Amino acid sequence: MEDVRLIEVKEEILADNIKVAAEVRERLRKTKTMLLNLMSSPGSGKTSLILQTVANLKDSLRLGVIEADIDSTVDAEKVAARGIPAIQLRTGGFCHLDATMVTQGINALAVSNLDLVIIENVGNLVCPAEFDTGAHKNVMILSVPEGDDKPLKYPLMFSICDLLLVNKIDYLSLSDFDMSALRKRVLALNPRIVILEVSCKTGSGIEGWINWLKREVEAFKGLK
Amino acid sequence: MHELPITESILKIVLKHAETNNVRQVVAIHLQVGKLSDLEDEWIQRYFDYLSKGTMAEGAKLKIERMPIMLQCSACSTSYEAEATKLGDIVCPNCGQKDSTLLSGREYYIKDMEVQ
Repeated sequence: MEDVRLIEVKEEILADNIKVAAEVRERLRKTKTMLLNLMSSPGSGKTSLILQTVANLKDSLRLGVIEADIDSTVDAEKVAARGIPAIQLRTGGFCHLDATMVTQGINALAVSNLDLVIIENVGNLVCPAEFDTGAHKNVMILSVPEGDDKPLKYPLMFSICDLLLVNKIDYLSLSDFDMSALRKRVLALNPRIVILEVSCKTGSGIEGWINWLKREVEAFKGLK
Repeated sequence: MHELPITESILKIVLKHAETNNVRQVVAIHLQVGKLSDLEDEWIQRYFDYLSKGTMAEGAKLKIERMPIMLQCSACSTSYEAEATKLGDIVCPNCGQKDSTLLSGREYYIKDMEVQ
């Protein structure tokens, strides 16, 4: 029987992704292109929010969109139909985007001419939280029908985001969703997060989101 | 599902170290995974068994050590441990403030490996 010996490894498993994500961030800082990673469950309104954002900002900011889906191009087609450069990444079964996939997206988008690129991540509250995409800002959507208990079930996602949009507030009167309980749970996990209430359907609260986005892009570009 | 790319990365790192250390067979791999990281031990072993077939790491056992979630109080800098399910309710044991930053609990780390 051969002796078993111990070898020290001491390596970050995700080191490759961390390195590529840092490269993405630095490259886009040079071209003054802010990269925003949008995450949520399936069906909570990521594409609707992007379409609202495009409608509000396409005359004042040069936008681009990176869409990720396991296997379809419907989202990119909807965005491209509004005259905005959009690239669809098919993740081929993967449940999240990593920084290497995002690099492919920004290569395909000619990003140096853009002010803001929004990544629509794969609909999922677990895996996308674990992988740095290289984005400068992380934003998530929670929709009212999903319930106010989600911060208890997916703490990592809520703790890594800069902004939470609570979407579908037009459903509030039909549900037992407790907004103050949600705010308390989210702020306990992440005291620095900004929480905005919106309805992509009625347009309620969208102005607040657009103003936040404009401020962040201006701050990123160093105009303020 | 993110267990698969993580497992691929583990295998890549393990084989790199195995080659530079003249290893014949990898017996076990010690991982340190933060308690905030959503990772199913059983799935990661299954993916590893599948991916490592025909390599020096075939049959290696993954030993996963769960690392505690450590917070540091923003007011008095005391560091303290928290359970993932109680993160929302916990306050600094020293001064009672809620505002804190995460010191650790998200790690994905390979510590060492047992080889022949």
